[in-house]
Parts: sequence; C-alpha cells; structure tokens
Amino acid sequence: MLYRENGQFKTTYRGDSQIFPIAQDRIAIGLLLAFAVFGVPLLADEYLFRAILIPFLILSLAALGLNILVGYCGQVSLGTGAFMAVGAYAAYNFMVRIDGMPLLAAVLLGGLCATVVGVIFGIPSLRIKGLYLAVATLAAQFFVDWTFLRISWFTNNSSSGSVSVSGLEVFGIAIDTPFEKYLLCLGFLVIFAWMAKNLVRGHIGREWMAIRDMDVAAAVIGIRPVYAKLTAFAVSSFFVGVAGALWGFVHLGSWEPAAFSIDRSFQLLFMIIIGGLGSVMGSFFGAAFIVMLPIFLNQFLPALGNLVGVTISTAGVAHAELMIFGALIVFFLIVEPHGLARMWSTAKEKMRLWPFPH
Amino acid sequence: MKLKTLALAAALTVAGSSFAPFAFAQGKVQFFPSLTGRTGPVAPNATPFANGYADYMKLVNLRGGINGVQTLVEECETAYATDRGVECYERLKNKHGGATVFQPLSTGITFALTEKVPADKIPMITSGYGRSDSADGSVFKWNFPLIGHYWVAGDTLLQHIAKTQGGWENMRGKKIAVVYHDSPFGKEVLPIIQERQKMHGFELQLLPVPAPGVEQKAIWLQVRQQRPDFVIMQTWGVMTATAIKEAVATGYPREKMFGTWWSGAEPDLRDIGAAAKGYSAVMMQHGAEPQSAVVKEILDKVHAKGQGTGPKDEVGQVLFMRGVVGAMLAVEGVRAAQERFGKGKVMTGEQARWGYENLNLTQAKLDALGFKGVMRPVSTSCFDHMGSAWARVHTWDGAKFTWTSDWLQADDQIIKPLVKASAERYAAEKKLTKRDPKDCQS
Repeated sequence: MLYRENGQFKTTYRGDSQIFPIAQDRIAIGLLLAFAVFGVPLLADEYLFRAILIPFLILSLAALGLNILVGYCGQVSLGTGAFMAVGAYAAYNFMVRIDGMPLLAAVLLGGLCATVVGVIFGIPSLRIKGLYLAVATLAAQFFVDWTFLRISWFTNNSSSGSVSVSGLEVFGIAIDTPFEKYLLCLGFLVIFAWMAKNLVRGHIGREWMAIRDMDVAAAVIGIRPVYAKLTAFAVSSFFVGVAGALWGFVHLGSWEPAAFSIDRSFQLLFMIIIGGLGSVMGSFFGAAFIVMLPIFLNQFLPALGNLVGVTISTAGVAHAELMIFGALIVFFLIVEPHGLARMWSTAKEKMRLWPFPH
Repeated sequence: MKLKTLALAAALTVAGSSFAPFAFAQGKVQFFPSLTGRTGPVAPNATPFANGYADYMKLVNLRGGINGVQTLVEECETAYATDRGVECYERLKNKHGGATVFQPLSTGITFALTEKVPADKIPMITSGYGRSDSADGSVFKWNFPLIGHYWVAGDTLLQHIAKTQGGWENMRGKKIAVVYHDSPFGKEVLPIIQERQKMHGFELQLLPVPAPGVEQKAIWLQVRQQRPDFVIMQTWGVMTATAIKEAVATGYPREKMFGTWWSGAEPDLRDIGAAAKGYSAVMMQHGAEPQSAVVKEILDKVHAKGQGTGPKDEVGQVLFMRGVVGAMLAVEGVRAAQERFGKGKVMTGEQARWGYENLNLTQAKLDALGFKGVMRPVSTSCFDHMGSAWARVHTWDGAKFTWTSDWLQADDQIIKPLVKASAERYAAEKKLTKRDPKDCQS
C-alpha cells in the first residue's frame, strides 16, 4: 500500500535510469544518510564509534570490493587480506616518505598500488577458475604477508616491523575524534558505494555478470574475458586497497602484517557469502552481521548466563562465540543461500503488498 | 502460537533489562581491566597469567584493599589478536569509573594502544614486552615496561651464555642461532643481540618462524645442518613447545638452547617432560616460586575458600607468578599515587600514572608483601620507566625449574644508548616533543 510507485512517471531517460527510481526509496536513503551524519553522533558513545561503527564502515567497503570480484564476476579470491595490506603499507610509505602528502591522496594512491598488485595476481584467473583460482589468490595472501615481514624497506626499516601513523588531517581539519574518523569513513563509503552501484549497473558490470554466469558463452558473444576479469580484479583491489589503508590509518593507528592475515580474508569472504553474493546491499548486511555478532555475543552470553544463574568464563564466552558464529553461518546458508540481501528483497516484495496478503 | 510469542517477548525483555549496567552500590572501586589470551595461539601460557592477576587482586581485597579501596577486575578476551585487543580496550576504558591501567600481554596490542593511551590518559604496564624503547619516560609518558623489557632479557641471557664459556673473549667465533616469532614480538629482541654481536664478534643466524609457529620442521633441519653453538628462542605460546619438540626430533642438545622471558614456562615443557631436560630460560626478577610467602597466602586465603580463578596446582608456577607480579606492580603504583593524591581515594588513570612513575619498592616493602626471595627492588623515575634490570636463568630438570645462575644485571652502558636512540627516532617520526623535567611533577 505504501511502497508502490503509483503516480511516479519518469519523463526523462535520466530519471528512468537513476539508482533509486522509486520515490520512497530515495526518501528512505536520504533519511538514512541524514541519520548517519546527524543522528548517530547524538546517540552513539565513543565505544560504539570506535569498536562498531568505524570497523563496520571500513569492512563494508572491503566487502563491497570483494563482492565485485566474487559476486559479480565470479572469480573466487582468498587474497583480500593481502590487497588490504598492500593498500595500507603503500599509503603508509607515501605518507612517510613524501613530506606534506595529504591523507586523501595517500589513501587513494595506496588503493592504486593495490590495484596494480591485484591485476598481477589476477592474471592466473585467465587460465584457471573456481577452487584453483582460490588457491592462486591464497598464494597472493602469503606472498604479501612474507613481503611485509621480510623486506624492511616497506616498514621504513623499523626494528620491530610494526608501523604507525598519527596526526591525520583532511584539508587542514584534524581527524582525531572518533566522530571525525567516522565521518571520514562514511564519506569514503558513500562515494565508493555510489561508484560501485553505477559500475555494476553499466556495461562493465554486465560483462562481469556474463563472465560469472557462463564465461564461454560470454566470450562467444564478444565479451573479452581478459578485459572483464582484469578490470574486475582492478576495481575490486582498488576498493579493498582503500579499505585497507583506512583500516590501518583510521581504525588501528599502528599495525603489523598480522592485522591483514588469512583470517581477514576469510572474514571478508564470509561477509559477502552471508550478506549476499552479487549485491551491493548484501555487502553492508554481511559486514554488519560479522562485525556486530561477535561483540553482541560477547556481551549477551554472560547476561544470558546470569539469567539462568550460570557464570560463563571469558574463555567459555570466546569459544561459544566461535561455535554460535559457525552455526549461524551454516543456518543462514541453509535457510537463505542467497544471503541476507535476498531476505531483504523478499521483505521489500512483501512490503509492496502490505497490508493486503494477495 | 500467540502465547509462545508472548512468552518469548517477555523472556527477551527480561534478558534485555539485565544488560543495564548494575550500579555498584558498595561504593568506590579501583578498576583493573584484564586483557586475557585464554583462547587462541597463546592460550596455555596466557591463561595462568590471567589467573595469577585475578588471584592477587582478590588477595589485595582480602588484605583490606588499597588503603580501603577495593579492586575490581573485569576480563576481556583478546585471543592475542590486535584488533580484538583494541576493541576490548575501547570497551573497558571507561567502565566502572575508568580503567586504572592496562596490561595487554601482547606486543601487537601494545603498539596499537601506545597511540591511544596518551589521548585517553590511561597508563599501560608492559612488563617484559611491548616497546623496549618505552623505558625512556621522556618520550613515552604513558608506557611502563616495569621490571624489564626484551633488551634486558636478551642482554642478561647473552651474559649468562658468555659466563658459561668463560667470558666474552671466548664468544668470538661462536655461532648463535636465534629462532624467533616473525612478528614485532619476535623482532624486538634482535637489536640487542646484534649490538652484542658487533662488540664481541660471534656469528649470528636469524631464523624467523611465521606465526603462530606450529610449523618448524624446516627451521630445525636448518639448525641441524648449521650446527650453531647455541640457540636463543624468542617464542611465546604453542611455538615454544613445538620448537623444543622439533629440537628433540632433530637431536639438538637442549643444554645449548636458551629461551627468553616468554619462552620458558611449565606449559611449554610439561608435556615434553624429561626429554626437555637442560633447557634454560632467562627470568627477569621472578621464576617459579612455589615456596614464596605470597603463594602460600594465596593458597590459604583465596584457594582454600574456593575463590581461586584457576586450578590450584597452577599457583606458584612461572606464568602465574608473572600475573601476580603484574598485579602487585599495578596495585603498588596506585598505592604510591594515593600517598600524593589522597589515601583511601579512588585514583584516576592520570594519578595512577604518577604513581607508576614514582614507584619505590624497597626490599623491605617487597618482603612485607610476600615477595621475599622473589623480587629485587624496583624504583622508577620520570625518565626511567623500567625500574629494575635484574634477571636470573633457570633450567628445566625434567619435572620443574631450578635456578642455574646468580642474579645478573643488564648492562646499562649498552642498553641506555639503544633505548635513547630508538625513542628519539620515534619522537622524530611522530613529531613529539620530549617531556620537560617540570612535567615530572604532574
């Protein structure tokens, strides 16, 4: 009843091809962004910013990048942590070695370096698919891990191998409070999500999806697999590299290669699988689920234990987190293999009919 | 169906309301957060530490608190992961009236929190780990590597090895292999070993092991091939036990293996037992102290009443003692702060920081606390955040540790310039100004 496009006629091609053609959607997105910028700072405390919102924003950017590669182009990649690491260390090197390098430029240049590395490790995708490609990208993960541990030039010859950045500022405004960091990440995410949505709606996105669905048929009708696959790797690595730079600069402040280990790659893969492969919305859902669930369980399980009079030790909570996390992943994949994004679309479909069931 | 949903909603509301932080009506508490590693790659070693920390804090409360102020410990699991450690820090730093001091028990987390604590004004005690250059209080105002850091451990270990060879002159031409965890934790020990190498001319072979360190077959085959005279191990957690098992398998004599402060405790050697006989490790200040007065007190007052945090046979072991010593330093710093800012009052992080900077634990004080024979005096100052550089070496005899060296002291002539140079490099990189001597009074 409320969610129908009755009376909304498009009179221009531009109006017809906008991202949110339905006015209710536009209003909802506008309200959401307004809430994110103005409402959240009124309600959120420092812990919520630092531990939940900022990681959520940065990891959804990374998940978005990975979704472009795995969900839209169908190239399985287990090397996302490596590309994040490349983005972070490249941005660090630009900041440290060039005096007066602006933060935004360093982050974007870090993303570009990740693009180059991503394209190089994407070359195997031209010959191998599926599980074998996953193994090749896993090689990227370990190779990059090794590089940043062994080659001390990348860590500015620090004796411990740990690097740190401080004194972030954008256009002269210092970024040190959690709220400012949150706004910086939100800004990046909004712009990149808009870019991603337009890319996947355009001809490149359709080429990616054709390669994903049936690559031989796509090649037959004239889509160049080299171009499509390597652009997918390039765009995905750019997103992931920028996310990595933000993760290191804004969230951690000081990091070592273990921050971008294989666990990070798996975490991002789980995010897009649970969120929904091949969906921009799905990346956000998946990131929210995976960032918030462990913290929620960490706080909820002892409370639940108190309710029934059982004190659970910290180790017990950590173990239970892992078990419940795994069980929920399995549950979601059984109940909705297409992820939370499909659940969201189903809900929207039902909203179109509400309150009338037929 | 309706009844079911109603019941579910009621249960959830009750559960939700139990989220609300229960107000401590019993008055003031000094909050000590405990970042634990009870799961993950260092679980067997970090668990006794957390238990010792909690048990000593309980003992302090039973002794009457810190001049009447009770301690409160809340644990948060990090699993030795930096991002989880940062999340735990953010969660706990403002709870229960504000955290007094953090002890992350992880070099990675320490590096990350070093950036955050100056803004949040909460001190960090990083005894025996973290940044070795944080002993320089003029640059690192909020970091306290009390009772020693990696360079003290490395130096005293090399001194012991040199003693067994009859002096530094006999070290020339000897081969030393260093098996270390390939992370900031492992690499931090290298500068002092390389400095000593320059001075005394022994050969050095660096063998990094990728985290978490359960794959060491290749490394130890290399060791067998190269036949170094000694192997120094900078390992932590499951990596230590794996290294010793591999050494047993390749036949490298355990008498020539020396671990640093984190690489020689019961969880590492218990399962190997007699095969690890002869393995030594350097211990800064304390080792396994089952005969000490504080251990007896913990057993009598805490474990006898069923209040013990961990199993009883852990009490007095190396890592349990490390937790006890960590808790003791945390509490004594607060007590020192209370001398200045008000006895019987809850100390803020800033006030506690002053306490850690003006810690003066004489032998008499330590003996009174129950640490007779365990610790030597610790005394910090504005520019020296370490407080002591004493160490001894203990050796595994198949079932327990016995002391095989006298008290050694790290050579300040060598370490101080290294610390100063590294701290100045950090200050230049971060564009920090060194602390004014006048700032020491704050």
